[in-house]
Amino acid sequence: MDKFTTLNSTAVPLPIEDIDTDQIIPARFLKATTREGFGDNLFRDWRYTQGEQPNADFVLNNPRYRGQILVAGRNFGCGSSREHAAWAIYDYGFRAVVSSFYADIFRGNALNNGLLPVQVSPAFLDQIFRHIEQDPSTHFTIDLQAQQISIAGTELSEHFDIDPYKKTCMINGYDDIDYLLNKRSQIETFEKQHQIY
Amino acid sequence: MGKTLFDKIWDAHIVEDVGPGTQVLYIDRHFIHEVTSPQAFDGLRKRGIPVFSTAQTIATADHNVPTVNQHLPIEEPLSRHQVDMLTQNCAEFGVELFGLGHPNQGIVHVIGPELGLTRPGMTIVCGDSHTSTHGAFGTVAFGIGTSQVEQVLATQCLLQSKPLRMRINIEGTLSKGVLSKDIILYIISKLTTSGGNGYFVEYAGSAIRSLSMEARMTICNMSIEMGARGGLIAPDEVTFDYLKGRPHAPAGQAWDEALRYWKSLYSDEDALFDKEYHFRAEDIGPMVTYGTNPGMGLVVDQHIPDAETLPGVEKALTYMGLQEKQAMLGQKIDYVFIGSCTNSRIEDLRLVADFVKGKEKASHVAVFVVPGSKQVEHQAKAEGLDQIFAAAGFEFREPGCSACLGMNEDKIPKGAYCVSTSNRNFEGRQGPGARTILASPLTAAAAAIAGNIVDVRTFLH
Ligand code: SF4
Repeated sequence: MDKFTTLNSTAVPLPIEDIDTDQIIPARFLKATTREGFGDNLFRDWRYTQGEQPNADFVLNNPRYRGQILVAGRNFGCGSSREHAAWAIYDYGFRAVVSSFYADIFRGNALNNGLLPVQVSPAFLDQIFRHIEQDPSTHFTIDLQAQQISIAGTELSEHFDIDPYKKTCMINGYDDIDYLLNKRSQIETFEKQHQIY
Repeated sequence: MGKTLFDKIWDAHIVEDVGPGTQVLYIDRHFIHEVTSPQAFDGLRKRGIPVFSTAQTIATADHNVPTVNQHLPIEEPLSRHQVDMLTQNCAEFGVELFGLGHPNQGIVHVIGPELGLTRPGMTIVCGDSHTSTHGAFGTVAFGIGTSQVEQVLATQCLLQSKPLRMRINIEGTLSKGVLSKDIILYIISKLTTSGGNGYFVEYAGSAIRSLSMEARMTICNMSIEMGARGGLIAPDEVTFDYLKGRPHAPAGQAWDEALRYWKSLYSDEDALFDKEYHFRAEDIGPMVTYGTNPGMGLVVDQHIPDAETLPGVEKALTYMGLQEKQAMLGQKIDYVFIGSCTNSRIEDLRLVADFVKGKEKASHVAVFVVPGSKQVEHQAKAEGLDQIFAAAGFEFREPGCSACLGMNEDKIPKGAYCVSTSNRNFEGRQGPGARTILASPLTAAAAAIAGNIVDVRTFLH
């Protein structure tokens, strides 16, 4: 997993609520048996018309908006547990998602893949959308160590929460398996006294 | 202070508390399938480690399999490759597989319970969000991503933060024609698709107690659609009767011991919940969805709300080709899909067969019935349900996820309306441009006969 410390980038706005993982990566693209290449089909059915032409109305096809931060409406990543959604967002080139609310499984999947889910207040999310709208070249800084997201050229910033263990993993590029493999003897001890009926 | 059912099970599986809010949670049962496991097995291979406990791991092929001619090689090359990978991975790592052609094959959340692999008090995970289904037995069961599938394969454990506890009480008696699917669609329409976020939900109350095991599974199945980590129901005599004699259920003295433990699995009187809701069964009618998430649902004789009153409704209605304030009754439909881990068990098929017996589908509607498992398929045939379906013009297929997510050939065409007993009406879920209306098996069967959305209650006098 790649390390995440500080990210300074412009952002791509997607002000839609309840974006489910079927939109992020439709099921028909889940047939791959590796983790790579899902970025091409990120938001496939919004990004392309039925005739497979790029849909000019969709933000990823709009040259005004670029960057490594995806900003989305509340309850981002609901629905299917497919980790392919996090892979697709990462593979496309995003390193962080900003929203006012995440579905649980998506949040976990993102963190397990070095994609930082930054949860901000609804008011701050609105500020971000407004700044991108006014000037798409606005930069945002996400400082994981300080747990802070700020809007460049303004005084505006907000603190965000993250599980301390997950924070350490993200900063160091560790994953849970490395951690759990070191717990083998504790797990074996537990198993001896644990009864499954 | 007393403990909730959820706490009792969760706490019995904590290997270690590691830092604020994070615990190593032991997993009793791990189900895997072809779509979310290949990258996890690959991870084990790269690390050079085996599966920690093959005895607790069970695999099946379901998401990507065709529902016709399962005895022939899979035609679609990518699907075939994914199913073949599962077979190879299971052979290499020593995991038991109920693959295509196996008498136990089926949708992962259907076969676990029917084989007695799902039992009260367990922690159960699977790389699939509808793992919550297993909670109907009084288990802590939840969906995980592929990295976590790899964690469990590698260590039989997960790093977890403990969810909050919610209880949803439904008291009273359901009206005729109202099924457990309607209960859960009703709850989600009230709580929205994020109302359960961060919670593990216990369903309780007299209306829940009166349900069969299969009906309870339908409710727990859709817990994830309100954002909950999972849902569960305290085990009782209904649960024990269902389990007794199942292939993997304990027997003899082991059964008695298990029963003693299972009977301790309930929320104590003085247990505290972080949130609690109360609903009356009498308020619930047959439900249908009108939008593009499972929270956009209403009782079938109600009208679609004013688009301005709810966020996202306008976009959803444009996709669905429906109007605000429109009645759902009378809405013409093109397809009916009866299947998925929500409603593809033998009881669902019996209900449908009972309703359509002697009737015929509307000529413009295509109907397919996809059983949840090989066992359900056999049972349905043994009871002659397949004959009833055939006479009604319904196509009875072989088991798999099918048009629930349209990974195989079973897709709904662009713009077509499909009344579906599955669990998700997201844009494109049943195929690009497909328009899904979620409903119970009875409402779906009635729509198949009428050719449009009808209130099944009017047929049941
Ligand atoms: S039937 Fe549908 S919801 Fe259930 S496991 Fe299969 S794809 Fe998932």
